[in-house]
Amino acid sequence: MNLTLLVWRQETPTSEGSFKEYKVNDVSPDSSFLEMLDLLNEELEVKGEAPIAFEHDCREGICGSCSMVVNGKPHGPNKLATTCQLHMRSFKDGDTIVIEPWRAKAFPVIKDLVVDRSAFDKIIQAGGFISVNTGAAVDANSILIDKESADSAFDAATCIGCGACVAACPNGSAMLFTAAKVSHLGLLAQGQPERYSRVINMVKEMDAQMFGGCTNHGECQEACPKGISIKFISRLNRDYLKGRLLQIVQGSGMKAQ
Amino acid sequence: MELNSKVPDGPLDKKWTSHKGKIKLVNPANKRKYKVIVVGTGLAGASAAATLSELGYQVKAFCFQDSPRRAHSIAAQGGINAAKNYQNDGDSVYRLFYDTIKGGDFRAREANVHRLAEVSLNIIDQCVAQGVPFAREYGGTLSNRSFGGAQVSRTFYARGQTGQQLLLGAYAALEKEIARGGVKMYPFTEMLDVVLVDGRARGIVTRNLRTGKIESHVADAVLLCTGGYSTVFYLSTNAKGCNVTATWRAYKRGAGFANPCFTQIHPTCIPVTGEHQSKLTLMSESLRNDGRIWVPKNKGDKRSPSDIPEGERDYYLERKYPSFGNLSPRDIASRAAKEVCDEGRGVGSSGLGVYLDFSDAIKRLGRSAIEARYGNLFDIYKQITGENPYESPMRIFPAPHYTMGGLWVDYNLMTTIPGLYALGEANFSDHGANRLGASALMQGLADGYFVIPYTIGDFLADHKPDGISETHKSFLDTEREVKERLSKLVSLRGNRSIDSFHRELGRLMWDNCGMSRSKAGLTETINKIPELRERFYKEACVPGSGEDLNQTLERAGRVADFLEFAEVMCRDALDREESCGGHFRSEYQTEEGEAKRNDDDYCYASVWGKSEDGSPKLFKEKLNFENVKLQTRSYK
Repeated sequence: MNLTLLVWRQETPTSEGSFKEYKVNDVSPDSSFLEMLDLLNEELEVKGEAPIAFEHDCREGICGSCSMVVNGKPHGPNKLATTCQLHMRSFKDGDTIVIEPWRAKAFPVIKDLVVDRSAFDKIIQAGGFISVNTGAAVDANSILIDKESADSAFDAATCIGCGACVAACPNGSAMLFTAAKVSHLGLLAQGQPERYSRVINMVKEMDAQMFGGCTNHGECQEACPKGISIKFISRLNRDYLKGRLLQIVQGSGMKAQ
Repeated sequence: MELNSKVPDGPLDKKWTSHKGKIKLVNPANKRKYKVIVVGTGLAGASAAATLSELGYQVKAFCFQDSPRRAHSIAAQGGINAAKNYQNDGDSVYRLFYDTIKGGDFRAREANVHRLAEVSLNIIDQCVAQGVPFAREYGGTLSNRSFGGAQVSRTFYARGQTGQQLLLGAYAALEKEIARGGVKMYPFTEMLDVVLVDGRARGIVTRNLRTGKIESHVADAVLLCTGGYSTVFYLSTNAKGCNVTATWRAYKRGAGFANPCFTQIHPTCIPVTGEHQSKLTLMSESLRNDGRIWVPKNKGDKRSPSDIPEGERDYYLERKYPSFGNLSPRDIASRAAKEVCDEGRGVGSSGLGVYLDFSDAIKRLGRSAIEARYGNLFDIYKQITGENPYESPMRIFPAPHYTMGGLWVDYNLMTTIPGLYALGEANFSDHGANRLGASALMQGLADGYFVIPYTIGDFLADHKPDGISETHKSFLDTEREVKERLSKLVSLRGNRSIDSFHRELGRLMWDNCGMSRSKAGLTETINKIPELRERFYKEACVPGSGEDLNQTLERAGRVADFLEFAEVMCRDALDREESCGGHFRSEYQTEEGEAKRNDDDYCYASVWGKSEDGSPKLFKEKLNFENVKLQTRSYK
């Protein structure tokens, strides 16, 4: 396959970026999208030109490193797939493909297609955990969890933290990411003691990190490579409301009810 | 090089308990005066950093990814072993210990393996307490499944994403400690050297991958939790960033590197499709619970699998190893696949593939049951190959996956450099010559949550904080050497890409130090590597500077280290004139083509150390088996 690429090039976080056109020839339809970029980068490298910087690591859709908008869609045209799982057989010979980084206020560009997603770690630091130190656990089977809750918790926990939800959202909101973690832990017995303080603190941090608010567009769910449902956002909203009410009624001591 | 394993005295099942009761402790008020560096944030690193911080140590953690959550442990699919015996099927700590020793073909240290089996119980408890959403039964209890090399169901799992869920548990614990101020996290930061002061590890030199800044970090102990080196083969199931740099740099500073030739070739990966390929994708071993492996009985049978009648199929694992069948250990299953492909019975366009067929299981259990068990793996397969595994069998082939070899460590996980520890896949300790499925996650978490938090105190109690700073001469010298190495790399202006050298090395290693090795092939490779290294420094090209994000420079450094390390790997494979586990020397096999071990001459861990003139020198740690009888490993 022969392709034309329009790639966002930006040297530093503060410099102005622009699209640059590249031709790539003899691309195997069996190669992955990132392997197609490897091919181009090798050509650029041996010419002494700066290759296109992009994030990638596991190349099997689980580490959440890859982060590019392909033809206007985070992770490209295929549903339930990360960019590294996108294969060139999804394109046609002669296509022009536009490649950009995630665009969101909370994810500033570092270089080319690489963005800074440390804001996600900050949200987790605000409460995306269960406060249990090593060694303080009881026997695993002494905590019974019904299969439905365990499966539902897994459906939320499957989030890979790639940020496609934020990139897809017209408001640049991290609501799906935050809701997934709040729901994963809130659905489990172990997560109950901190359930309401967790949601309030994580939402507060989400705002502090300059993510936008959720106005129910649902684009996040469409873009999510792991198929995380926006029903978890409803769940977050319910927990958030309850948490705020508890805050008012009980002061700062928020207990699970 | 002195190799004192420091295995405690006493009966096997009492060693760890009595060791914990005897080793020195640091009092809680003093712990905060100590600094500990943790390099790598996979299962071993994240669990160690979080736990040491909980205990009160000042921890600095480093990873080259943009977030600690992306370490390659995330990609482990199938599960984690623990001797809980929740299935009432006869499992016990001893049985897990025995299976691991036997699975490793009697080349691991008994005491370490027994400890691993003991703490496996605590790991599951800890992970459940953290909220890891393991699979459960309708009654609310935890589910288990079987993995290769075991006749009990002791593997806990979270669909096909167990590594992800365990890592997110450890990551959450780490983020909790970062928020509390106990851990300072350095993402986007690569360790480029260890700093020794008076023979003791006192810190590291790092490069900030965003700004290119070279920095020194001082500590009272350094933990390398930097994973394995399967990417020496270029194509492997490992992430693209996985590398040997941290452990190789430690070797160059005097740490012993043990059993580098013990590499695991995983039997069930998606076959290579062409030159463009940048990595291989694993299909979890758990698939072998329900999938049946076969090839046509006749050579060159190019019919589509559905047209080949039952009588003309060879379910070769079931035929050769009736007791374990499709759940034979990885080394055995990989070799058997190679054998049938060498006979010309391989499938797919390249002939390098075998079928993994679910049609019987789908008939027996229904498509929805198979979907619930392996849905995400089937999706991955379809995305990559464009074929639907619910309708036609998967095609699979072995690929480099895990490295049992690593830095030599004693019972306390300390390398031969005082104050330098290695945890998880980065060390050599528990898997011998072959790792059983679902044991890597177990070992990473055992080392990080339940071993190092105890054993590090024994060293630190004798080494009080002394106020050494980054301006110490050793730090300045090491920084200078790191900068010199980088400037050499960044000035490469040849006409070949870094990846092309990595591919060339990988091919050479796969052909000669992969699934089958021989004296002639290894000798030739040992001669070729220095020549390849020379060409690398003449012909490779690294555009840009070292002053900002330069991914080519990062790769160049890693490939340069592989070009040195690969030679030691081949030397080790050449020295070991026997076949055991993943190390198969074609000269040493039984008449049936099984591995022929030589316990009289090779019952040791090979430990390579850097000699005075820089060449690798072999030291040996003899392995003593007091509790299990050395026997021919049979899965028939």
